[in-house]
Amino acid sequence: MRIVRSLLALVIGIAITSPPRVLAQTVPQAFVGAHLIPITGPDVADGVLIVRDGRISAVGPTSSTPIPDDAERHDATGLTIMPGLVDTHSHIGNPEGGDRSAAFHASVRVLDSVNVRDARFQKAQAGGITTVNIMPGSGHLLSGQTVYAKLRDGKTLEELMLYREDGQVAGGMKMANGTNPRRQPPFPGTRAKAAALVREQFLAALDYRRRTLQADDASEQPARDLQMEGLLEVLDGTRVVHHHTHRHDDILTVLRLADEFGFRTVLHHVSDAWAVAEEIAEAGVASSLVFVDSPGGKLEAKDSTFLSGAALERAGATVGFHTDDGITDSRFFLRQAGLAVRAGMTRAGALYGLTMAGAGMLELEDRIGSLDVGKDADFIVLSGDPLSVYTKVLETWVDGSNVFDRSTPADRLYAVGGYGASHDQGVFQELEWEAR
Amino acid sequence: MVMTLRWLTSVAFAISFCVSATASVTHAQVAVQGETIYTMAGPAIQNGVVLVRDGQIEQVGPAAEVEIPDGYRVVSAAVVTPGLVDAHSVVGLAGYLNQEDDQDMLDRAAPIQPELRALDAYDASERLVEWVRGFGVTTLHTGHGPGALVSGQTMVVKTVGRTVDDAVVVPTAMVAATLGPSALGQNGDSPGSRGAMVALLRAELVKTQDYVERQSRDGGTGAGPARDLRLDTLGRVLAREIPLLVTAHRARDIMTAIRLAAEFEFDLVLDGAAEAYLLVDEIKAAGIPVIIHPTMYRATGETENLSFETAATLHAAGIPVALQSGYEAYVPRTRIVLFEAAVAAAHGLSFEDALATVTISAAEILGVDARVGSLEPGKDADLALFDGDPFEYASHCIGVLVNGVVVSEEAR
Repeated sequence: MRIVRSLLALVIGIAITSPPRVLAQTVPQAFVGAHLIPITGPDVADGVLIVRDGRISAVGPTSSTPIPDDAERHDATGLTIMPGLVDTHSHIGNPEGGDRSAAFHASVRVLDSVNVRDARFQKAQAGGITTVNIMPGSGHLLSGQTVYAKLRDGKTLEELMLYREDGQVAGGMKMANGTNPRRQPPFPGTRAKAAALVREQFLAALDYRRRTLQADDASEQPARDLQMEGLLEVLDGTRVVHHHTHRHDDILTVLRLADEFGFRTVLHHVSDAWAVAEEIAEAGVASSLVFVDSPGGKLEAKDSTFLSGAALERAGATVGFHTDDGITDSRFFLRQAGLAVRAGMTRAGALYGLTMAGAGMLELEDRIGSLDVGKDADFIVLSGDPLSVYTKVLETWVDGSNVFDRSTPADRLYAVGGYGASHDQGVFQELEWEAR
Repeated sequence: MVMTLRWLTSVAFAISFCVSATASVTHAQVAVQGETIYTMAGPAIQNGVVLVRDGQIEQVGPAAEVEIPDGYRVVSAAVVTPGLVDAHSVVGLAGYLNQEDDQDMLDRAAPIQPELRALDAYDASERLVEWVRGFGVTTLHTGHGPGALVSGQTMVVKTVGRTVDDAVVVPTAMVAATLGPSALGQNGDSPGSRGAMVALLRAELVKTQDYVERQSRDGGTGAGPARDLRLDTLGRVLAREIPLLVTAHRARDIMTAIRLAAEFEFDLVLDGAAEAYLLVDEIKAAGIPVIIHPTMYRATGETENLSFETAATLHAAGIPVALQSGYEAYVPRTRIVLFEAAVAAAHGLSFEDALATVTISAAEILGVDARVGSLEPGKDADLALFDGDPFEYASHCIGVLVNGVVVSEEAR
């Protein structure tokens, strides 16, 4: 008890004595001579990027972009600068969703479980990721609320989280179909049962709202139900459903249910997207892909291929990517785009997928995802072509602050690995459960 | 839908796969032209030709010096390399669907089962065999996986053939062992600790010594011990006919492997070895080759301290190094050594040194370098063709020859 009390005193002491966090420097930073990939416009072969107060204040050719006298200049000659990468689906920080008591956990928030001291945060910065959607696993039909976070350096998740305009924590809702949520009751035993259970849940939420609205006074109001509130956020469109789905028929089931209940959704993994690309495009639903090096490993991924990016692009659907860290390591996020291009996706489409497409899936396209004046100064400095295996992420900047610098030994350890590079990672429990 | 299908079949790699590629092309003579040919037996050849006849390499050299005889089928590529050698895999035993009935790489009924032959479990028609071959892999060292103290035997196969007999190169290549937490008994079974694990293995090796000794004393009288498949196999290890392949990631487990090899005087090949960079001097002094973990292997648990630079560190110290696709319990069902070597090339190994980890160095560690791993006259005609730098993501493997036969021409 005395230990607890002294620990508490220590924590409070730290909290009080810590200086207020400086989010961004007031001195403008000018990166001069880089190959710029703005994403929303054509590449600039010899360009300047200027950031001030955490935002991008100028982007353009070196020849025509004035650099403020008080700016700190960074020589970026021969280097490439592009927007920070947006990982739409990651499990860094060992996020935990619902437990095995139920198939639906709309009230469960991953933000109550994330360990920001997990070295995977530093590894994600080393991989050039600046914004991440931290998700619970896919072992439930609905496993909980996700959280959108900036990969700032921080001691608490609060310092990393993003907030909606209404002040609520920004995040989506994780759902899954196919084989992962298939278990003994109360989980579904078949695909049809899974869809029926989802429909029943949304109907219950609609009924909860009807009873709330029809109540003449407070005494007739139904008791406050956090699960129902979570589902209503989905139905009202304030929470996007991030939907794990692999097989072609499971993908179509997601589209069918989204159409019936009018919720907004992003398809995740989408192994068989190559088979139903036109249907996905027609539904106007975005897909976030992850490529692993071979098909299989589980029945629903038996036909996964690098082809899906190109197939969706051709069909006119929006394509983004994710790491699914620890399925793939955040340090290899650029590789996802490389493999998509290998299988026929356009280079521009793949780079858009790593940045703007992901920003759109998290409804952050006005703040991040491109090098445009006024946007958050989230960008990465690369040694070369982002799609080359030989290219290194040299620096990662979030809100105008440097969070990763490969030239420092401490950061380099996270980038290449070595003794102590994986502190506080723990085991990836979600993956272990899914694998069973 | 029709449009989609037509497009899908026209692009680089279709989802369907050729079940029997070997039957489709039977050219006995092939001339492979390469803008750059990495023979791995000397400097790269610019604008070169490899002549292939009756399954073997007939001639290798610059186009100006190699005349292509009439009747040879000519294929061309920007880059030509030896067929890739995956130095450790479980493909063919660990099926791609990952269901109970297609998993034959590990039986956990007992901690020590060296008598389990890879030969009796290899599925030549397993989809992943064709999958990795499409990326240039022509030779696999596959078999029983890590996860038991002694899990069984491994073998070397070519990635062709309808049956294991068609595919096999070396029926028993090594005996696979694991030191570390993943080899602990399940549900409280023995061994329950590292100490118990090593005591168990030492006891079995001592028993083998005794068995071999009593057999030799028999002298054909029939009075010797009854034949024991387990001890027969370990006897071959102690006779240095086959190495013990020890998967060990933590530094202390690597040291245990070295200690056991010194005590029982067997040939040791280290496998995985995530913390090998901490023991460069010890590994070098013991003269042990390392089949290192896939470069992109998950850094978690026993492998949490892995480094992308380990291949470069060991190579710089003069330790023989090969790369592997390894064993995965979930997804990806298998990795592809081409991609793992690419990341090693991006982290300290030169292009050709990285290529060696999946060609000639791998062949040497496996003891099959007389047949595969480099492009030299008299060796098996196993070649991989690429449309650019083989390590770049946007390049493709555009052709594969195994035993002189073009088995793949799809771009992957």
